[in-house]
Amino acid sequence: MGRYAARRLLQLIPVFFGATFLLFAMVYLIPGDPVAALFGERRVSENTLNELRDQYNLDDPFLVQYGKYMGFIPDGDEGLSGVFQGDFGEDFRGREVTAIVGQRFPPTLRLAIGAVVVQTVIGILAGIVAAIRRNSFWDSLVLVSTTLVVAVPLFVSASVAQLVFGLRLGWFPIAGLRNGAMSYALPTIMLASISLAYTARLTRTSMVENGRADYVRTARAKGLHTPRVIGRHVLRNSLIPVITFLGVELGTLLGGAIITETIFNIPGIGRAVFEAVNQREGAVVVGVVTMLVVVYMLANLIIDLLYGVLDPRIRYE
Amino acid sequence: MSDPGTGVVQQGTGSEASAGAATGGADVGLPGREASLWSDAWRQLRRNPLFVVSALIIIVFAVMAAYPQVFTSFYPGTADPKSCSLSNTVGRPSASAWFGYDVQGCDYYANVIYGARVSMIIGLATAVFSGMIAIVLGSLAGYYGGMLDTIISRITDIFFAIPTILGAIVILNAIGERGLFQVTLVLVTLGWMTMLRLMRSSTIERRDADFVDAARALGANTPRVIARHILPNALAPVIVYGTIFIGVAISVEASLSFLGAGLQLPAISWGLMINGSFTRILQAPHLLFFPGLFLSVLVLAFIVLGDALRDALDPRLR
Repeated sequence: MGRYAARRLLQLIPVFFGATFLLFAMVYLIPGDPVAALFGERRVSENTLNELRDQYNLDDPFLVQYGKYMGFIPDGDEGLSGVFQGDFGEDFRGREVTAIVGQRFPPTLRLAIGAVVVQTVIGILAGIVAAIRRNSFWDSLVLVSTTLVVAVPLFVSASVAQLVFGLRLGWFPIAGLRNGAMSYALPTIMLASISLAYTARLTRTSMVENGRADYVRTARAKGLHTPRVIGRHVLRNSLIPVITFLGVELGTLLGGAIITETIFNIPGIGRAVFEAVNQREGAVVVGVVTMLVVVYMLANLIIDLLYGVLDPRIRYE
Repeated sequence: MSDPGTGVVQQGTGSEASAGAATGGADVGLPGREASLWSDAWRQLRRNPLFVVSALIIIVFAVMAAYPQVFTSFYPGTADPKSCSLSNTVGRPSASAWFGYDVQGCDYYANVIYGARVSMIIGLATAVFSGMIAIVLGSLAGYYGGMLDTIISRITDIFFAIPTILGAIVILNAIGERGLFQVTLVLVTLGWMTMLRLMRSSTIERRDADFVDAARALGANTPRVIARHILPNALAPVIVYGTIFIGVAISVEASLSFLGAGLQLPAISWGLMINGSFTRILQAPHLLFFPGLFLSVLVLAFIVLGDALRDALDPRLR
């Protein structure tokens, strides 16, 4: 177990550098002069511009910029300061990226946790019902509704939900966060809906497959009653792909958060990324997305390690 | 590398496509009739109403994309999406303007019809190019294994670590001008990994199969073994996922355009139309409804088609 965890951590290192490098390279390609854009129409002296460019290392070659950003190359008077020193950079007004993330993270976190809980509980329950009552009305209902939910893009369904349940019927607050917990209800349900459908179908497929396994026949032959066969034997084995899926889906969740936060006007991390991109705050974009990628990779590592708990058949070497 | 019993887990796609990919294509056919995996699948598909309906819907949208005039020729309203009159702004749907008018007073039916083109082009191009990358690199990684496999797999991991929408927003904003080509390029860049993993694992499954050994024993060289014997048998999961991926790509393009990070006006895209509907949503819900409906039906058709293909190509379900 220890060796497996160590190996997985080692595998994470090149992925981490590759991903941050890719993102940094992409932002570096943004055309235009971000420092000049900072002042808009106002005229600024060439000296001021040069000083700002120097401060943000914009005159360095690309690889040096990346090195300074990551904290491998000393940056003038600041010395080594970068991702490895816990410094994800700052925006052009001098605010730390970590501070921006700290301020914008709570709404997104509430949204994401709510969505994961909703999609896991309802998704797995619906999948179990569909698998047990295979080819029944409930099975068809789950199949048809999940297909529909998957097909309608999130931004369409969220807009329609906002229009119908928020504006027309008035059951939910329309946008913003002024209504406390209720403000989160509709955005959470919409964000959960995309992955909920996949969770339900994956649970169903996986349970149907495992239901044919020899150990299930053995369990039945031993005289175990159905709830125990399903709960203890089929379900436990069927949840492994579902758990993996939930990890991979964190990425979708982050993308979905941008859409939901935009539509429902929630000042979370997704909106922060989007605003930063539009204002050419390259440092903020890379900083926030890098932090999100780290979170995403760590979550998947934890999930990898969880397999052993769920499935003792997996030997870690 | 591979723990037995975790084929699905290892691919890490989480999608159902990986579940469908897991086992081999044992072609059990009666002697005397042609019974390859593909001809069997075709025989089964023709009898599947879901396949027939979704294929028909896709054909209709394909015609709409290629010849939008076909759909506007019999239309009583303004057939030109660019001929607008501000006096018609947010007009309701009526007998002379089936889908009403948008904020600029442009005929909405004509706009929605012409919007099919970018969705179809981006969806198909993204799936085809991602599929080509995946098939070439995936079969090489799976067939040769070793160092080549390690390098390709680690590069795949790196791209996989970047969430699609987030990454697409970052790259698209780095590219100043965002047209069909740029959006497709970005979607391909962030979209080939799942198919590559499917291709790689299904190549590994067939690499050591008896029929491959037989072909080699008969003197076939490596390119021939890969192209003639492994590929046709290993392709099924990639084709299933690729079909669904067309729908996914269409959906992602519309989402990006909706967020303002994808195509830009004056391009005609359903995502842009829905974005534009937001200012007048209360007076004119039809501005959200019609492009949303067309978009959803098209995405749905590709997903259902992919599901039907999986049922036909997955021998375990027979």
